[in-house]
Amino acid sequence: MEKRATFSNASIGVLFVAPQILLVFTFFYWPTGAALFWAFTLERPWGGGNEWVGLDNFRQVFADRAYWASITRSLVFAGATTFLAMGFGLLLAVACDRGLKFYQGFRTVFVWPYAVVAPAAALAFRFIFAPDAGIFSALVKSNPEFWNPAQNGYHAMVMVIVCYSWKYAAYCFIFFLAALQAIPRSVIEASAMDGAGVLRRVRDIQLPLITPTFFFLLVISITDSFQDSFSIVDVMTDGGPAKATEFMVYKIYFDGFRGLDYSGAAAQSIVLMFLMIVLTFFQFRFIERRIHYS
Amino acid sequence: MKSKLIATAATLLLAATTSAFSAERVKFEMWHGLTGDLGSAVEEVCKRFNDSQTAYEITCTSQGSYDNALQNAIAAYRAKKNPTIVQVFDAGTLDLLLSEAYVPAGKLMEDNGYKINWSDYVPAISNYYADSKGVLNSFPFNSSTAMLYWNKDAFAKIGKSEAPKTWEETFETLKALKTAGYECPMAWDYGVWQTMEQFSATNNIPIATKGNGYQGLDAEFSVNKTKFVDIIKSMKKAYDDGLVKIKTQDTGATIVQAFSNADCQLMLSSIADHGTVGKTQKPDMQWDVAMLPILAGGERHNSLVGGASLWTLKGKSADEYKGAAAFFNFIAQPDAALFFSTRTGYIPVTTSGFEFMKAQGFYDKAPYKGRELAIASLNASRITENTRGIRLGGYVQIRKEMRDALVEIFANKVSVEEGINSAVERSNAVLRKFEKTYGGKQLP
Repeated sequence: MEKRATFSNASIGVLFVAPQILLVFTFFYWPTGAALFWAFTLERPWGGGNEWVGLDNFRQVFADRAYWASITRSLVFAGATTFLAMGFGLLLAVACDRGLKFYQGFRTVFVWPYAVVAPAAALAFRFIFAPDAGIFSALVKSNPEFWNPAQNGYHAMVMVIVCYSWKYAAYCFIFFLAALQAIPRSVIEASAMDGAGVLRRVRDIQLPLITPTFFFLLVISITDSFQDSFSIVDVMTDGGPAKATEFMVYKIYFDGFRGLDYSGAAAQSIVLMFLMIVLTFFQFRFIERRIHYS
Repeated sequence: MKSKLIATAATLLLAATTSAFSAERVKFEMWHGLTGDLGSAVEEVCKRFNDSQTAYEITCTSQGSYDNALQNAIAAYRAKKNPTIVQVFDAGTLDLLLSEAYVPAGKLMEDNGYKINWSDYVPAISNYYADSKGVLNSFPFNSSTAMLYWNKDAFAKIGKSEAPKTWEETFETLKALKTAGYECPMAWDYGVWQTMEQFSATNNIPIATKGNGYQGLDAEFSVNKTKFVDIIKSMKKAYDDGLVKIKTQDTGATIVQAFSNADCQLMLSSIADHGTVGKTQKPDMQWDVAMLPILAGGERHNSLVGGASLWTLKGKSADEYKGAAAFFNFIAQPDAALFFSTRTGYIPVTTSGFEFMKAQGFYDKAPYKGRELAIASLNASRITENTRGIRLGGYVQIRKEMRDALVEIFANKVSVEEGINSAVERSNAVLRKFEKTYGGKQLP
């Protein structure tokens, strides 16, 4: 007879999930609760009193033009990096999946950028793109106006987007490749025998079959771009020049930790949290419906 | 089995004796924000203190930056795990003064039986950190001020042997350097500390109402109504004419690097960089420092002290405070000042320390010559309302607003007036919020 271990007792189940519940509570609900409280008060950094001010902090945040600009900037960044990272990730994954020449080597190399920690990647890109000293400086010597991320906000934005996408394309590549390799070879071979070319097979067979991965990466990329942009911005531009790369999360860090405006930063992080919830909700509501898990 | 038992017993005995031995020394912690060479200099000061006596042992830990030292100390204080001493930079002074988190420096020393001659501190330094009653609540530690660095070789080419004394003369010099073929006459990094704070002090111009904030939390930022606007206009014009170049980390070289390798011929920077320039300069380059230029026809006033001071935080045992007091007494001695200033570019904070160093011939020798000008710059005049210092809330944010405005002005996105006006407006919003956060609190 087959042996099966079952638990009749619910309390054992509770015991098993307790560590997880405890972790989630300590590292998510508790800080979120504290931030919520601070967002409605004026908190003194060294303690010693805080005053209830209702929605004042939120009013102040929303009345600030610089804050709205940072929201727009974060959305542009999320859109651009998600598009680039997923696009390149998919392109490379399809190429590797086809088993083109030297694909084993490339497969290893393409994964590497994700293993590089963000600040290190940012440091390298800062050097490459520095207008006076980097590799780019040799290219723009004759026309310094052409590339100057230290003064031109658009250039700085492009630089940050490229650096972030470079790293996350590797992440997308891993998932896309895994999904592509999970497709039964027989399906691909059958369509090839029916005379479908490479692009046709990608469009009609492979892409439809990896939509769940596609959706997963879309949600993760957008969410991550809001949070993970921090270390890259911190190392490359400090949010500059003149706030041109100041995303929502960097502004929270600066106002809260460096400016010691705890309440303003708490209000901003609540806004960011809601924005994330709304974005994810819409993706599940409107995009997931078109995805078939099978 | 038996031998094992004996071994265990021996280990236990050893552990007991070592802990008994170390229990004799009271241990306490200091967190500071300096890194690299400056960080090791602080740790050497701590080691010298530990070697000088047997009652106390200080552990000094770098937190990576001034910002981090302050943030970590706040977080630790809120969790009641704070160090005894923390180094807090100039802009973090006001938040601590308004808190109840510290033990006043005077009280600490008095309680532990030390007598400190407070009038020995260089006035420009003690006034900056003192409260409205003139009482120092923290110990000025690493102190600096802004200086003009100039390349003697380049100046010789245009027939000059002295640094410019006025801003007008400075711009003339830059023009001459440009004509003589120098690509980068002056390096600048939008330095708000040098171009706004020090410029205003040396010319006796306010940057905010209410004595730059010393007389109340309701002070208003007012640089858009002063000659600061004119100096930025002149700088912008010089930049457009190619006399001033922007040098920052983001462009590939900081002003200190650009000056040290002789790419740029002038810069305004902290005296604390004197050591760095000396160590990293292009071989045989002749250079010197001078007091900051002032506006023609004006009278020179004292420049402002920059750097950080040491605060004693609450919530520690009487023994730890005894140790902290002994440490402060140790670093106040003239030979400790000599050691720290030799190791770094920082200036001595007491007059007796300065006199001691002068008597030792410190300022006559090549690598340190010129640093006495920093003290001269701090002592250039009697302290006025405008030269005492800056006591504005959220000052880190204000500095950033001004820097952002300068970046936009120099990128031709806004005019000088527009940029400065909007920075002032945003800064005043920061000040009002700060005032509200400390509603009902009197400025000590």
